[in-house]
Amino acid sequence: MSEVANIPVVSALGGASFDGFARVREIGPLGMITLRAKPEVKGLSAAIKAVTGTAMPKQRRIEVKGEKAAGWMSPDEYLLVLPYTDVKAALATLAEKLADQHHLAVDVSDARAVFRIEGDRASEVLSKLAPADLAALEKGELRRTRIAQVAGAFWQDETGFTVVCFRSVAGYVMGALSHSAQPGSELF
Amino acid sequence: MSTRLSKGGRLIDRTAPQEFTFNGKRLRGYRGDTLAAALLANDQMLVGRSFKYHRPRGIVASGAEEPNALVNMGEGGRFEPNQRTTTTELFDGLTCTSQNHWPSLEFDVGVVNNYAARFLPAGFYYKTFIHPRFAWKHVFEPVVRQSAGLGKVPKERDADRYEQAYAFCDILVVGGGIAGLQAALTAGRAGKRVWLVEQTAHWGGRAVVDGAEIDGQPAEAWVKSALQALEGMANVTIRSRCMAAGSYDHGYVLCDEKVADHTPGDGRPRHRLWRLRAGQIIAATGAIERPLSFAGNDIPGVMLASAVRDYVINWAVAPGDRTVVVTNNDDAYRTAIALKEAGLEVPVILDARASVTGDLPARARAMGIRVEAGRAIAKVKGGKRVTGVAICAQAGQGAVLEEIACDAVAMSGGWSPVVHLWSHCGGKLKWDDAQAQFTPDKARPPLNHDGSALVQTAGCASGVLATAEVLADATEAAGGGAVPAANGPAEAALEPIWVMPQGAPVQLRMKMWLDYQNDVKVSDVQLAAREGYTSVEHTKRYTTLGMATDQGKLSNINGLAVLADSLSSPIPQVGTTTFRPPYTPVTIGALAGEARGEIFQPLRRSPMHDWHLAQNAYMEPVGLWQRPYCYPRPGETHEQAVHREVRNTRSNVGLLDASTLGKIIVKGPDAGRFLDMLYTNVMSNLAIGKCRYGLMCNEQGFLSDDGVVARIDEDTWLCHTTSGGSDRIHAWMEDWLQCEWWDWQVYTANVTEQFAQIAVVGPNARKVLEKLGGMDVSKEALPFMTWADGVLGGFRVRAYRISFSGELSYEIAVPASEGRAFWDALVAVGAEFGMMPYGTEGLHVLRAEKGFIMIGDETDGTVIPQDLNLGWAISKKKDDYLGKRGQERPYLASPDRWKLVGLETLDGSVIQDGAYAPAPGFNANGQRNTQGRVTSTYFSPTLNKGIAMGLVKGGLSRLGEVIEMTKLDGTTQQVRIVDPVFYDKEGEKQNV
Repeated sequence: MSEVANIPVVSALGGASFDGFARVREIGPLGMITLRAKPEVKGLSAAIKAVTGTAMPKQRRIEVKGEKAAGWMSPDEYLLVLPYTDVKAALATLAEKLADQHHLAVDVSDARAVFRIEGDRASEVLSKLAPADLAALEKGELRRTRIAQVAGAFWQDETGFTVVCFRSVAGYVMGALSHSAQPGSELF
Repeated sequence: MSTRLSKGGRLIDRTAPQEFTFNGKRLRGYRGDTLAAALLANDQMLVGRSFKYHRPRGIVASGAEEPNALVNMGEGGRFEPNQRTTTTELFDGLTCTSQNHWPSLEFDVGVVNNYAARFLPAGFYYKTFIHPRFAWKHVFEPVVRQSAGLGKVPKERDADRYEQAYAFCDILVVGGGIAGLQAALTAGRAGKRVWLVEQTAHWGGRAVVDGAEIDGQPAEAWVKSALQALEGMANVTIRSRCMAAGSYDHGYVLCDEKVADHTPGDGRPRHRLWRLRAGQIIAATGAIERPLSFAGNDIPGVMLASAVRDYVINWAVAPGDRTVVVTNNDDAYRTAIALKEAGLEVPVILDARASVTGDLPARARAMGIRVEAGRAIAKVKGGKRVTGVAICAQAGQGAVLEEIACDAVAMSGGWSPVVHLWSHCGGKLKWDDAQAQFTPDKARPPLNHDGSALVQTAGCASGVLATAEVLADATEAAGGGAVPAANGPAEAALEPIWVMPQGAPVQLRMKMWLDYQNDVKVSDVQLAAREGYTSVEHTKRYTTLGMATDQGKLSNINGLAVLADSLSSPIPQVGTTTFRPPYTPVTIGALAGEARGEIFQPLRRSPMHDWHLAQNAYMEPVGLWQRPYCYPRPGETHEQAVHREVRNTRSNVGLLDASTLGKIIVKGPDAGRFLDMLYTNVMSNLAIGKCRYGLMCNEQGFLSDDGVVARIDEDTWLCHTTSGGSDRIHAWMEDWLQCEWWDWQVYTANVTEQFAQIAVVGPNARKVLEKLGGMDVSKEALPFMTWADGVLGGFRVRAYRISFSGELSYEIAVPASEGRAFWDALVAVGAEFGMMPYGTEGLHVLRAEKGFIMIGDETDGTVIPQDLNLGWAISKKKDDYLGKRGQERPYLASPDRWKLVGLETLDGSVIQDGAYAPAPGFNANGQRNTQGRVTSTYFSPTLNKGIAMGLVKGGLSRLGEVIEMTKLDGTTQQVRIVDPVFYDKEGEKQNV
């Protein structure tokens, strides 16, 4: 078969979920692009807007618009979130808009696992695993931290948290989130 | 005898009886009892045996300071030793057994040590077991271990679960007494984010027992309204059963919350370890009463005076019918008054002070209690329980004036502030002569990053004891505010009493216990002083004073006062030992938290992980990755499976999950220059579409990682790293780019997990891919050491023609989310070509047959590429690369270095792993000289003999020479130095 077939795309855990005092579920696959460029690069803001429709995120912020988002990861790294199937076109757009600028844009959709934690007590699940002050988490803040023993990042919206980690440790993170959401272990 | 009173008990619920067993005996208590209270209510005065002399031990205290009453709690998966009965809440069905006795609590053979006590003084073990040397290991240690030890080690897996949680606050108040409540109220009203933790299940501390009056109401009522006020504040979090174990830099505090100790098996986590980050810590941790040192002060029935009234008032338990009170201060009179009010007898109060004034003694006298000033206990009478006391003058040497029958003794030697949290991070103490106690020196607190006080103390922990002062101090610590009015009786000064009577002869001093759990007596500390121990820290270790599970909460101050007296030094000059966390023991389960079982450690799984498991693969850890070691078939040993996998790969085709290999994108105008610095060879001139093997060294020149680099486009390279090295090498690259070459235009991205990478290896590899269909994988279109993007079987792939086996080999990368589907597709088409998966051990054998090195086998951090005959991969043209200067150092450039060779036994057997090649003679340490060692050794199924690589002095210049190699049985075997490439030296098979 020399034509590209329609290969079913599977997330790391196939959409596993756990219902405890909060609901934990693996979602995805989600399209994700690591974009490395310095913020002052000419056309960067326009390039990000063209891909995600959002403004360029400021330090520790994530700009969300519908299914798309742009997050600040470090002084020269951004995380672009978009539907999985849009990644190829988005990379082409970035390559075009930033053609003359030193940058790196790379597809990391498959390198990640994504979870949702939902419910009134969603923050209590994360409080057990991430050394982050969730009460001080601002709306639109992207928090890079750790989830128990592995690297992770999350942001919050009206219905809960979106948590991102590396794909290979998806099982570990699911285990840790489920353990933390066990009924009877509510914190407050 | 100790018994339950018919009335009273502010903490117990008489409508909720609870059954429990102690040493198999069925006993009854009430909800709200501590285990200690329930034991006393059942006249169980004897609860354990001491560590060294196996002396009978009873309950001394009513809280965390208890040294004696430790039990083995629970059974099976809930068994836990050394549980403090005074802090264990009673629940229905509780089972416990006493510790450190043999064969029984009532009759213990170890008690002969007691009669031999004069032969077991301080430092006895040190002095006795030095000679003969061999005897320690074979005679003394086994015997000592048999007779020592407190609780038993749990034998079953812990049935409970544990967790940790993070929390943040402006002010953490530790201690739920009136000081803690007042501090929390003050900070809460000021709008601060406040946490208030209390180690017991109850609020109010001592004040509610001792009957203080606050804001015109009894302390109990004030505590209740304070608690209600705090519960109503959204900015205040309060937790009971939550013990602050330690304070650390930057306001970090560990708190152990005993969530379900009292409700085992209810499904909640047993403990939760809070990892708090507090802007400021207020230690309202109270004070602990000190025992008095008189002969027989360890006999069951001798208790702290405060504990006696706790048992009476909180749990309606009378430790005795007739209780003698012995004291050097006014506070203990509260105990006498409480006993009398409960209808119990107090035959006499022995007050060591020459004159007794103060409001409380006046009240006691008015109640008709006999008060004797200037008197002391010469000796407590009794064995397993108190039967009486012999009275003497405190000023004398113990001549008995009178004997009084009693069944309990309540003692008070004054109070010591609980300064642990203050001291953990370096808060200093000063000696308060008036109250004979070490108090926090508020001028020298533990410091925050900005020089502010990290910890403040409030209330009794500050060294103030009167209720009004306690509340004022707590208010000030929390930032100031309204102070509730309080009043209480005026108390006269205490008189420091360290030995009772003052001139006690040695016969009495060797019966005066300082440390109950470790059996350290006044005479032991005095002996240590005579033997030259002047430092309190050395004395502690020599005598074991304060080294038991209670960490000397009762014994430290008395011990150092005795030491100071023996040295004729003032107490502050002798000083205290160091306070270290935890305040009371924290169970290991809480420290481990969620990290056990499936989530003990993050395991990294490839996209094909489930397939491997379904094929019965034997998995091994590679870094945190789980990789198949081999795929044994039914009836096959692992060794047989490996041999089959290797033979099949050489003759048909093998399939390897290589997803774990590190993959790092390096891009930018300076990327070529950057890689030329990172690798020992040149990568900048690699043509687009080509691959090149490269080596990375650290600055010292030692080989650190290796892998194949592919040139993707004009300014993009993809660097493969070892499986265990991807994160480390990515960090290494970023380190150089961010810290040293920050002006170079290079970006990196670790895309290891973006791809599933599958190696199709063996003579039939091309046929398998052609069967899948798609891109041209012929020798001409995709020659050795090139790569191409394309489609195979409908999958978007990047195919690399690289080989780590010496066979025709393709490594094919697909997006990870398609990895399993692609693997399945390969397995389906590969069957007709004899395809089998192979694991990491097969991979190792295949590479060793070809003489390919493996990072971590041939390298160990002390090996440079030149040692491995890899000079061909080191550019001579480049000015510099990381490690170049290091490799020029004389030791690394020496011709005497051990170099890589192949090794074969003369009979075809396998050289043992880790074998060394001895050389004649011995070195300066009397060790056998060596001239080489084995680095990799396998049975080669292809060549049907043992093959090995090793590092040998002289290297390949000694080709053909036969040397000796050690064996585990102490003998040696002869091996021949051969070429390390055992198979297909010309490389024809991989280049077809």
